Amino acid sequence: MSFEFWATLIKMVVWLAVLLNVTPIMVWVERRGSALIQDRPGPNRVGPLGLFQALADALKFIFKEDVIPTQVDRSLYLLAPLLALIPALTTYVVIPFGPQVMLHGHSVDLVVTTADTGVLLLLALASLGVYSLVMAGYSANNKYSLLGAVRASSQMISYELALTLSVVAVLMPVHSFRLDRVVEYQHQGAWLGFLPHWNVFPQIIGFVVFLVAAFAETNRLPFDLPEAESELVAGYHVEYSSMKFALFFMGEYMSMAGLSALLVTLFLGGWSFPGIAFTGVWWWVAIKGLAILVAKMAVILGLFVWVRWTFPRFRFDQLLRLGWKLLLPLAILNLVLVAAMTLGGWL
Amino acid sequence: MTVPVSWYLILSALLFALGTIGALTRRNGITIFLSIELMLNSVNLSLVAFARTAATRYGHLQLAAAYHGKLIVFFVLAVAAAEAAVGLALFIAIYRNRRTIDVNRMNLMRW
Amino acid sequence: MELAIFLIFAVLAVLSAVVVIAHRNPVFSVLSLVVTLFSLAVLFVLAGSPLLAALQVLVYTGAILVLFLFVIMLLNVGREAASPGHVVQKWVAIAGSVLLAAAVVLLYVSTHIAAHAVPLSKQFVDLVPLARELFTTDLLPFEIVGLLLLAAVVAATVLARRPSPEEESEESR
Repeated sequence: MSFEFWATLIKMVVWLAVLLNVTPIMVWVERRGSALIQDRPGPNRVGPLGLFQALADALKFIFKEDVIPTQVDRSLYLLAPLLALIPALTTYVVIPFGPQVMLHGHSVDLVVTTADTGVLLLLALASLGVYSLVMAGYSANNKYSLLGAVRASSQMISYELALTLSVVAVLMPVHSFRLDRVVEYQHQGAWLGFLPHWNVFPQIIGFVVFLVAAFAETNRLPFDLPEAESELVAGYHVEYSSMKFALFFMGEYMSMAGLSALLVTLFLGGWSFPGIAFTGVWWWVAIKGLAILVAKMAVILGLFVWVRWTFPRFRFDQLLRLGWKLLLPLAILNLVLVAAMTLGGWL
Repeated sequence: MTVPVSWYLILSALLFALGTIGALTRRNGITIFLSIELMLNSVNLSLVAFARTAATRYGHLQLAAAYHGKLIVFFVLAVAAAEAAVGLALFIAIYRNRRTIDVNRMNLMRW
Repeated sequence: MELAIFLIFAVLAVLSAVVVIAHRNPVFSVLSLVVTLFSLAVLFVLAGSPLLAALQVLVYTGAILVLFLFVIMLLNVGREAASPGHVVQKWVAIAGSVLLAAAVVLLYVSTHIAAHAVPLSKQFVDLVPLARELFTTDLLPFEIVGLLLLAAVVAATVLARRPSPEEESEESR
């Protein structure tokens, strides 16, 4: 097999290693973070500071009785949790974790694929995430599941519009769909002489729109009406138990990680940080880039957890009104402003 | 080995035939609509296949023809989206009045 | 390699298309159409237009088919009951479609249309010339499609809304 093949394979393995570790770490962060915010201890028995709680949870899920209710549509019921993971696992292929490096005489781009359709590929694959929700809700043959599924899917497709428009605004000064070009654009220069050249500074409206839309896409509070425990009896998850529920859970955390990675790459500079030079041996450059990217993702994921335990949830009509009547016009406004600034030469 | 473009065209014809069969034999209005969408997509495939044939020639006019082919698919995609939205809204309105989507029951205009 | 990918996804597309037209339950038809359209997107990539493939998945499977699923779930369309009668119509339809497909395939095969293909070049797959074409030469169709989409949004909203109480009392008078 060629050098390209092995390089791509190793990059995919690196990303999988990062993504598969997100869920256990996020479970701990969520539970200790919520405990901190709610002024209670949180899990502190399983290992130091409760660090092995995720392991205990995983064991519980594995040993729990796997119940398949009789009234469900079996094929859809069993397929839905698998489909929840697939979009979350494929969206990392266009996110760069470092600049181009030289390795054994070949130059390697530290991104799994440098396809010209870059971020469009990511958005296309992420939009397939709706189907697992719909299949889960429909197959359960249960009023609450169906209602939860319909609400969740209409929420997801409504906020996809604002998400996509804010992404398009970022792409305009870069003249390319490729995310590695977006990060290269943010790597050089500085705004006003001292601020890093990140897109969040000129496109703050786009950043806020993307952030809010990311909360809605992943069904996280304050937009988690479709799956809230106190509302529709856990919505479209209600008929699932043990490992199948764990798969949905993992899928949700992984799509959170994927959208955080996209947010960081588009608005917060991706793998670049002012003052850190990316020269030297190829593995040192790669480690630096990946570490910076993961650190920024960790900040955003912490923000996800913080917001979850701070705000009350939106009622469904308020949610849709926010998506269509506030975020979409804001995203369009952002697009027009960025277009004007790009044409004027400021970006 | 490169796939001959005629294979794409044959696949497109096959999908079109399947779509036609679905549109003519089913009674459920939404399934008929889905078969029509299948036909639209088979036509998109054949348009892309014909645009592919321009890859053999590098002259300016031939490449422009290839781009036109792809842009037609782009427009077909947009028009299909518009048509799906209006068609489904029609189904909702019909269901509200007649309580059924069975096309055999939509016979008010039969003599 | 290219041949293997083409055959796998072509067969997948045909099989799921058969499920679309044959299954009794419309939800399964929609999900099979998702598989068909995804396979077609892969074939678009093979044929040299990754942009159209991404747009197909984003627009068609990601939005239009979700809309179909909504309407099916909203109207609670159940399984289609097997119907007696109209057997002759069914077989005439099937025979006619098969004849049409056979005629088209015969046409392609006998004229050896596009029998060979040269491997793709970067120039052919590149997005920038396509975009330039869209926004300069084909700008008028682009704007008209925008207007069409606006008209469709308005039409769909008007058709699907419940008649307000004044209109209902108006109709029953």
